[in-house]
Amino acid sequence: MSLMSQRINYRKSHRPSAFAGFDPILTIAVAMLLVIGTLLVYAATRNWYAANGLDPEYYLKRHVVNILIGSLLAWGTTIIDYRLIRAYTPFLWIAGVIGLTLVLIPGIGDEVNGAKAWIGLPGGFQVQPAELAKISIIVGMSMILSERNHDSDSPSHRDVMQALVIAAIPVLLILAQPDMGTVFIISIAVVTIIAVSGAPLRWVAGLLLVAVIGSFAAVQVGVINDYQVKRLQAFVDPNADLQGSGYQLRQARITVGSGGFLGTGLFNGPQTNGRFVPEQQTDFIFTVAGEQLGFLGCGFIILLYLLILMRAFGIARRSSDPYGKLVCTGVIAWFAFQTFENIGMTLGMMPMTGVPLPFLSYGGSSMFANMIGFGLLQNVNARHRG
Amino acid sequence: MNQRARLSLLVVQIFIFSLLFGLMGRLFYLQVAAGPKYRDAALSIQSRDVVTPATRGLIVDSSGVPLALNRVGVAITVDRTKLDRQPDKGVTVLQSLSTLLKIEYRDVFQRTRLCGELPKGQRAGCWTGSRFQPIPLTKEADPELALRIVERPDQYPGVSATPVSIRNYPANAGANAAHLLGYIGPLTEEDLSGANGRSYFRSESIGKAGLEIQYDEYLRGSPGIKTVIVDRKEAVTSTTQNSKPIGGNHLVTSIDVRVQAAAESALADAVRRARSMGYPSDGAAAVVMDVRNGQIIALASHPTYDPNSYERGLTVAEAKNLYSEKAGVPALSRALQGLFAPASTFKAVSAVAAANAGYDLNATYDCPSQVEVGTRAFQNFESKALGRISLKKGIAVSCDTIWYRIAFDEWLRDGGLKPKSNANDYFFNAAKGFQVGVKTGIDLPSESSGRLADREWRKSWYKQNKDFYCNYKDRASKSQQTAFLVQLAYENCLDGDKIRAGDAVNFSIGQGDTVISPLKLAQMYAAIANGGTILKPTIAKAIVKTDGTIIKEFKPEKLGVIPATKETIKFLNSSLREVVISGTGAGAFNSFPIPISGKTGTAQVFGRNPNGSAKADTSWFASYGPSNKPRFVVVMMVSQGGFGASISGVGTRKIYETLLGVEGSKVNSAKILFPSGIPPVGLPKISPATKVKGAK
Repeated sequence: MSLMSQRINYRKSHRPSAFAGFDPILTIAVAMLLVIGTLLVYAATRNWYAANGLDPEYYLKRHVVNILIGSLLAWGTTIIDYRLIRAYTPFLWIAGVIGLTLVLIPGIGDEVNGAKAWIGLPGGFQVQPAELAKISIIVGMSMILSERNHDSDSPSHRDVMQALVIAAIPVLLILAQPDMGTVFIISIAVVTIIAVSGAPLRWVAGLLLVAVIGSFAAVQVGVINDYQVKRLQAFVDPNADLQGSGYQLRQARITVGSGGFLGTGLFNGPQTNGRFVPEQQTDFIFTVAGEQLGFLGCGFIILLYLLILMRAFGIARRSSDPYGKLVCTGVIAWFAFQTFENIGMTLGMMPMTGVPLPFLSYGGSSMFANMIGFGLLQNVNARHRG
Repeated sequence: MNQRARLSLLVVQIFIFSLLFGLMGRLFYLQVAAGPKYRDAALSIQSRDVVTPATRGLIVDSSGVPLALNRVGVAITVDRTKLDRQPDKGVTVLQSLSTLLKIEYRDVFQRTRLCGELPKGQRAGCWTGSRFQPIPLTKEADPELALRIVERPDQYPGVSATPVSIRNYPANAGANAAHLLGYIGPLTEEDLSGANGRSYFRSESIGKAGLEIQYDEYLRGSPGIKTVIVDRKEAVTSTTQNSKPIGGNHLVTSIDVRVQAAAESALADAVRRARSMGYPSDGAAAVVMDVRNGQIIALASHPTYDPNSYERGLTVAEAKNLYSEKAGVPALSRALQGLFAPASTFKAVSAVAAANAGYDLNATYDCPSQVEVGTRAFQNFESKALGRISLKKGIAVSCDTIWYRIAFDEWLRDGGLKPKSNANDYFFNAAKGFQVGVKTGIDLPSESSGRLADREWRKSWYKQNKDFYCNYKDRASKSQQTAFLVQLAYENCLDGDKIRAGDAVNFSIGQGDTVISPLKLAQMYAAIANGGTILKPTIAKAIVKTDGTIIKEFKPEKLGVIPATKETIKFLNSSLREVVISGTGAGAFNSFPIPISGKTGTAQVFGRNPNGSAKADTSWFASYGPSNKPRFVVVMMVSQGGFGASISGVGTRKIYETLLGVEGSKVNSAKILFPSGIPPVGLPKISPATKVKGAK
């Protein structure tokens, strides 16, 4: 009851203009990535689709639609009072857990590349609940760690444990898919949020230790299945399995390396057009940038990510509200480590996992999640400057 | 917000930013520092060179009749890399191919093995190329069969059919010319490694023997290269570069297919006749050369083989046969690789030696039945005593004893077993002047140089064999322990490093350790015929481009002059003419309408045949004609063929009959090959369709 009246009151008294308080630099940086991503998705798919008698603009059209929907979501996330989001967080979280459970049920979940991560919808659409779960985890943890039922300035052990449970349930479900890349990114976001929440350092140290032991045990016990072990081995020795994961990583490196300083020019790369790198419109989108735009273009893309993160850190630092600060921190960790994992994998610095590159890769669920994340940053910036 | 949270945020920020800068660094390394390396790697992934082999140039005779040309066939090829991936290593596939193509499975198996995979001695018919080339099982498949194979890739994995150019030796006028032409085959890994300073593409063929290898760089042309960009499915997405194949240049030779065919059939006939007389006659060779310029008109070796058998795909049996002793080693080109004692044909050299030593060529000499040389008596041929005769007559009837005496006297004068330091060595020096023991320099590979058994050779021979002869009882096998051989070994050990009286007299009649090839003898007699010039024998006349432009013309090359005066040469000319008029060659050339000069030779051969019989004599006939204006030299040799006159003399006559248009005792003007009396001087028009003139 009170929530609803609060919301109405707020709307009446403080209703801002739709774009008031937007960080324009952050918006421009994201918009530029979206434009570059659109061109790269088109470059990654047009030749192959045309050569095989399909619509060369198939992916382009769908990507643009995804961006439009994502923009609406971002705009919506920005203008809603984030305290309202907070109120809906339990529902969002429960919906996420249901989605993650559904994908595991045979017949509902679609298996792609050995992971049951998608729910097929009519019309050829697919939803990836794990992407949306990232948001519910970040928001949910921030909520618990910022609410104080005691006098201390920092969260209690109890708070931390509660927050961990909030994160652990969806993480375990994602682990069952298994989607190790997403687990890795969420885990890092969880640790980062806990660290910044002011929780006892022991937690941070302990969680990091658990992460190291956990990933080691996972390989040993076999939670990670064969294809993931192969991916890891391929990372250690890229020439080990030339047709499988090692092949992909080698092709990815060659494709990026062959771009040189200036690249082959947009739409011009023979490696991309020959489709030597698999998944090049999604997980390996950066190879398209590497070949066609060269070091100049790729460097620019990384600078855009740097810019986005710098603005996000600014927002987090300026935010007077611990909740907003923690949400920002979570989004920062998510964006930063997903970007690092994806580009790092493409460049052969990180093992191969199936995570998309924020704002650039093709894929609806991830696009929507990223745009909501971007909306959260703008939301915190608009309303809670210190 | 507490201070620590603020600090944590800063730590996170620093950590994240350093990760992103790490990405930048890695990116810089991959794209800028290692960029060229990755660009090459990408290129090798995306691009494929499609090589279109050039059409090989033709080899034609002096009137333009093709000796080697190209035909189009359908090749059934096997990809070994794919075959090896079959669970049974492709055995089933090869078996069904064997049935389909009607090639024995043994041959199908052998043809698809790399030579290096097989143990030594079992490599006959193996694939000399590499694993990565398509290996042809046949190049003349029935197109319908080929289609059946291509339509069933599931049943014939790794097997494909492609139209290919087949090198074809058409045997115009019946001329086989296998040893002359050689053959072509796949590149070996050694060729591909660039060891000979040239670069090749895997799918090319290369000359393997004869003219095909000698003039390979001209004949081969340069292949067309199309670089295509492919995608992951190997579908061609674009063609980036295109160089058209440039057809190989044509080789015009001085060969005349009609004379070549005549020489070959004369050899076959001579061998047949010799065998009917009981001689093993295990091989034969004939050379026809222009005495004015050294151009080879025919060069034949017997036994021979089908030069097309390589392109057809050698069967294991064929490959073994090529080098089989029993079949007479058909692969051996006896005209330039067979070495034999020249026997009496060598007396032309001895006459030059005698003239240089001051003997009167117009005087008379005694021709007894035997001559005592030291302690041994050397018999005349058939031990006839002819009394006192002129030297000319001595050559005509081939008296040996005249030469024994002269050679023995000269040997004594040079110091005998204690040779003077300034020994005259008239005989050795005459032979040296004729370039005995030196290659003729013909434009064919693998020529043997022969041997001049002079004092230096003796010394080096002794060095190598001293141990064997001086420890003969221990070193020699039981069958070699006869009283005669033991005595010989004793003598060889004692003074084997010196020219002994026996060596000297044997040398004068072309016996002993001096051996030459039929081609060398032809070169020597050409010098006598042309007034003394030693010419380099050549087969190539010119290299001509496909559009008719002459790229290279081969000019006659003088290699030296024989050490004979005009008078000596005149004496030799009249003596060699006398041989055919009244001497040992008279029977063979009875009532031949055109004057021919020549010399018979019947060389004793030491050693035994595999069946234990003593080796039969080498039959020689060296000649030139027409005697009044010499143009052609014709030499024939039949190994273990018996008498020079009856076997090679008669065979030589048959060659002259074709060469000069003689039928019986008359010249048939319709059959004269060269109306002007000389082979074509200019170059013919080159076309694969050129027909033999005056074809029967």
